[in-house]
Amino acid sequence: MISTVYAVTLACMAFIAAVFLFVIVNSKEVEADYPAVINKWYGVRSKWFFFLLTLGIVITFASTNPFPISDQKKEYQEDGHQLVKVGAHQWYWTMTPDTVETGKPVVFYVTGEDVNHGFGIYDENLTLVGQTQAMPGYTNKLVHTFDKPGKYKILCLEYCGLAHHAMITELTVEKADQQ
Amino acid sequence: MSGTAVASGKVEYTDSENRNALIAVKAHLIAGLSVFLLMMLGGLTMRAAQGTWIEIGVDLFYQIMTVHGVGVVGAAVIASTGVQWHFLRKYVRLSNAIFWTNFFIFLTGVVMILGSIFLGGYGGAWTFLYPLPAISMGAWSTGAAAVFQLGVLIIGVGLLILYLDFGRAILARYGSLARALGLTMLFGKEPVDPAHPKAVVASTMVLIVNFLGIAAGAVVLVMGLINLYNPEFQPDAMLMKNLIYFFGHVIINATIYASVIAVYELLPRYTGRPWKTNKVFLAAWFAIVFMVMGVYPHHLLMDFPMPAWAMIAAQVLSFGSGIPVLVVTGYGALMLVYRSGIKWSTTTKLLFLSMFGWAAGVIPAILDAMVTINRVFHNTLWVPGHFHFYLLLGLLPMIIGFTYYLAGEGDRNEQPKATDSLGFYAYLIGAFMTSMVFLASGANSIPRRWAVHMEEWVTFAQVGTIAAALVVLGTLLFTLRAIFILPGAANPR
Repeated sequence: MISTVYAVTLACMAFIAAVFLFVIVNSKEVEADYPAVINKWYGVRSKWFFFLLTLGIVITFASTNPFPISDQKKEYQEDGHQLVKVGAHQWYWTMTPDTVETGKPVVFYVTGEDVNHGFGIYDENLTLVGQTQAMPGYTNKLVHTFDKPGKYKILCLEYCGLAHHAMITELTVEKADQQ
Repeated sequence: MSGTAVASGKVEYTDSENRNALIAVKAHLIAGLSVFLLMMLGGLTMRAAQGTWIEIGVDLFYQIMTVHGVGVVGAAVIASTGVQWHFLRKYVRLSNAIFWTNFFIFLTGVVMILGSIFLGGYGGAWTFLYPLPAISMGAWSTGAAAVFQLGVLIIGVGLLILYLDFGRAILARYGSLARALGLTMLFGKEPVDPAHPKAVVASTMVLIVNFLGIAAGAVVLVMGLINLYNPEFQPDAMLMKNLIYFFGHVIINATIYASVIAVYELLPRYTGRPWKTNKVFLAAWFAIVFMVMGVYPHHLLMDFPMPAWAMIAAQVLSFGSGIPVLVVTGYGALMLVYRSGIKWSTTTKLLFLSMFGWAAGVIPAILDAMVTINRVFHNTLWVPGHFHFYLLLGLLPMIIGFTYYLAGEGDRNEQPKATDSLGFYAYLIGAFMTSMVFLASGANSIPRRWAVHMEEWVTFAQVGTIAAALVVLGTLLFTLRAIFILPGAANPR
């Protein structure tokens, strides 16, 4: 997902840069009949607008069905899920349990015990695989299924004071058949 | 004010009023650019510290981070207000006294904020996210947090006074905000006037959204101040977060909508082509009023208790916010320049660059505003990547381009000086690199707002440091030009 988003961003930016460069290259030559320029490019603009509109509708529908955030009102049961309670404090994490297994959805119940924090799960390559905010007075339910075993890192992703960057802990993910 | 409105629709002022107004606009630009330059030095320091090239304490790092955030927003606001006021006063009668009043209130707020950070040690970030200002674990005092929030509040009050003057003047000339915004033309109650000033349309939009945004900011700042001295008063953290991001998002976004007036006003002069107001333009700006205010929940997509409808609306409106620039303003600028025979000067290069920066900066912003993507990009360096793209390559080129125009670059038909060219290309390359390194860092999951980077991330910060140094060099040359040439420059024709 991350590399795809990055590639799409670079491609779209390169397209816009190419359009601007095209106009710069064609800026010295003078076309005195500006109404003709307007008529020609207004026609292109209408098509461009409807293309963006259609793209927006398709992307919105495709990216929100199903809705990517887990149901916050649902009471998750232990038989089908692994339940982990997470507390975020200045500047440490409490996590019970701190070991889970692959293949079975993990529901993290995340809350902020003092100020706002961000619960970010990083794999062994330091790639962010999921996150939620940890807010005082609220418990966010983050559901994530781990495919790979390993030592995952939990990093704080919301600025919470002077040792924000040191707020790191570890989550162990074991292979399901090892347990 | 003794001037009168003339038949052309432009307001006439006395010579002394015009002289005073010009000094005021220059003061806004010089103050804004100087603050930008200092904040960029702060940014350079932070990147060098993350890149392990210098060592600073984490307390100082987060103080610099706080001043960098609030300083850039403040500089953007004061400089863009200067641009906006310069053009708006041609069409509606604005008060010099109130413009100056806002300027001095702003400076007062700046002094308070600087004191709270560098004397009081406040390092709670410019977002003052409740309840962090009150719970610092001894890093700063209640008083420091209070002075910071009072400084922001005072700046907001000054702006509200200025916007009251904008509102009074616009209503006196057009009768209603709807008419100033062109809605009577858009909905067929009046024939479309191709000369209806874009400065008035944009200013009306900015007035509406900023008035509401600053009001929300004032509410949350006052609640935060009460909490500081009466900790038993504990407002809902989610409500506070909504108010803070509504305020913050609106006020920084509005700066680009205020500054784009310079492009609307100046690019037609340099290309010799008219940029007429039409229904598409009016519809776009009417939509912007709602979109700028409605998109802020895209900052709260990882706050899962937020209603799903608000998140989806934020995603849709974020995509929609890109359409006016991609289809109307940016597209219009492209048509204006295409085969126009434009003479490329530092002014025109900067104004045209601003359109690219805005249009291209939309892309990473729209993608990050999608809920499914936000799960792995939120609060990584992707976020500063997209807003540095907007600000460095969109907003600042508008402001600096306008400064060059005001310094008289176009009037004397002069060739760009070597220092101007050096400044432009150092800035262009540096700003582009800075933004792209942030985006690449975000694509590598590097979190934002970390004083100390893990070993794996240090190279990104080092490349970012070199990029930031180029931005500082370019901005230094631009700012020196503004400081030495702007004060003596006559009002451009």
